[in-house]
Amino acid sequence: MEASVERVSVVRTRRPVPSIVATSAVLAVAAMLGVPGFASSGNVTNIGLQVSILLIIAMPMTLVILSEGLDLSVGALLSLCAVVFAQTLGLGWGMALALGASVAVGMLTGLFNGALIAKLGLPPFVVTLGTLGIAHGIALVLTDGNAVVVGNPSVAQLYAWTILGIPFPVIFALLAYALTHLLLYHTRFGTYVFAIGGNRDALLLAGIKAKAFHIAIYVFGGLMVGLAALVLVGRMNSAEPASAIGMEFDAIAAVVLGGTSFERGEGWLFGTVMGVVTIGVLRNALNLLGIESSLQVVSVGILVLLVVVIDSVRKSRVNGAKA
Amino acid sequence: MSILNNSRFVWSRVSQLDVRHHVGEETATLIYRAVLIVLIALVLAFATAAFSAAPNLLNVLRQASLMFLLASGLTLVILSGGFDLSIAANLTLSACLAAGVMKTGGSPILAAATALSCSTLIGLLNGLAVTLLRLPPFLATYGMLWVVQGLAFHYMGGNEIYGFPTAFRTLGTGFLGGIPLPVYMMVFVLIGATIVTGGLNFGREIYAIGANSEVARLSGIPVRRRKIAVYTISGLMSGIAALVYLARVNAADSAMGEPLLLPVIAAILIGGTSLFGGAGSLLGTLSGCVILALVIDGMNLLNLNANWQPLVIGSVLLIAVLADVLGRGRKERIG
Repeated sequence: MEASVERVSVVRTRRPVPSIVATSAVLAVAAMLGVPGFASSGNVTNIGLQVSILLIIAMPMTLVILSEGLDLSVGALLSLCAVVFAQTLGLGWGMALALGASVAVGMLTGLFNGALIAKLGLPPFVVTLGTLGIAHGIALVLTDGNAVVVGNPSVAQLYAWTILGIPFPVIFALLAYALTHLLLYHTRFGTYVFAIGGNRDALLLAGIKAKAFHIAIYVFGGLMVGLAALVLVGRMNSAEPASAIGMEFDAIAAVVLGGTSFERGEGWLFGTVMGVVTIGVLRNALNLLGIESSLQVVSVGILVLLVVVIDSVRKSRVNGAKA
Repeated sequence: MSILNNSRFVWSRVSQLDVRHHVGEETATLIYRAVLIVLIALVLAFATAAFSAAPNLLNVLRQASLMFLLASGLTLVILSGGFDLSIAANLTLSACLAAGVMKTGGSPILAAATALSCSTLIGLLNGLAVTLLRLPPFLATYGMLWVVQGLAFHYMGGNEIYGFPTAFRTLGTGFLGGIPLPVYMMVFVLIGATIVTGGLNFGREIYAIGANSEVARLSGIPVRRRKIAVYTISGLMSGIAALVYLARVNAADSAMGEPLLLPVIAAILIGGTSLFGGAGSLLGTLSGCVILALVIDGMNLLNLNANWQPLVIGSVLLIAVLADVLGRGRKERIG
């Protein structure tokens, strides 16, 4: 009885083409036709620069959501890491060492989140809401609420550096994608990420240290956030204690747009990349049309809602056909 | 009444520290909260002279009432096994709209109606997203948080609206018999909500859904409709809190609600309501609101730099979640 139910659901998971493919295509064509200046090469580079940070933090967010978790602390943590990076640079540390400090802060916070979530079984969204407050508070205390201006010119130079015409932040983000792809699809860690979301009990029964892998997901998230601070500080040449707050909204939206489900460990890393690009295209087009960022947030929300509704209708149709 | 009897019974046996052996779990939780409130108040009274002044104590009570208005709806949502992250953003947008109506010459009644319809609509949309689209509650309401916040930013355009009619301001600043009006509202909501959750079928069904929604569905409870109802109530309460808050501070801006989100969640958890649904009470939430109001008041009186407040509140929130889960674990071990 139980087994036959399982089999049905396995058949169901042979999914049709995710909606994100059509959505991003429609959006890109509409922007090319309807928004003057959108299709220029300068603007395409611009979109790449704009989405680079989002891509870096959306990668671990995919793994977190695959494991039926959520990380609301990403934006606040990224702001904190940027502050730490800028302040240690200000102390005369080299760029590598300062980035190390930023990564250490990120990974420690990830470890803290992961331990509370995996070891103690606390609900991820509340834990990371708490760390959001703590990270934001530490950033405020460290800076006394002011921006930290970076004196060292090498960070801005690195940000502006291009290889074969491709800006460094874009290459950095693509490397982050490649690393995450490798981890998710070609290592035991990746297999366990899917399993933690899909069937954690079976994993525990099979004797795998599921909790350690579960914690590792959040530590990996902290690592990526720590690295993203380099791009953020390079862009602004300064760090503000609240500069990236709310960025986790775009990251979560990108993952959901990309078709990763909060249940059963279903997901697609490249879908997240497409989700990130879709959000980047949408925000850029709205920018060019002179629509302010507060309404862009609303538009991203509506886009996600639209895709979720379409997916849910399609899913119920597939299920209806099966029944 | 029974609380009083039980507590006398308990204090006669102070040597046996675990109150739970003698009274129900619920009562024991409330006694612990009451003791905690007294302890914090004593510490603050010794630490700063300003704490014990009557205006300050009334201010704490007013702050607690405001938080409770916001927290009561969220408590119902959490009892039903859901969550609502959009309450503070909802408060912001509703208050800004009410402020806008009054600024353009609309009467306070029209402003209140606008705020309440806006907030209730947001709650209804949350309920529909959670039930019809089957989105996880924290995801749906998190998305709603940013959409609503974005609308508030857009509506205000970075400006502030201030200066409202005296009649409206009475709602937040008025007194009746020496006690602030919001306190009466709090008591009214507390009594109403306690009757609903404790005595009416609706309340029992909410607990049942939170404990196990599948079992609730199989026993004939209209789970979807009840869930939509609790999210809608949560929206409505955000609107009521928005009006009281607006009347009190006499100014609206697009960031006014945001600092309330973490304290309100912390207050509910400290009040003993479980994040996993099905356990908790409105009276517990009230005790949590008083504790958080005391903590915030204490930070202000001790001249703790405002930059420290997110850090303190975030830590309090985590400690509250930790206590919830560890306490539950112990209960399960005890059997």
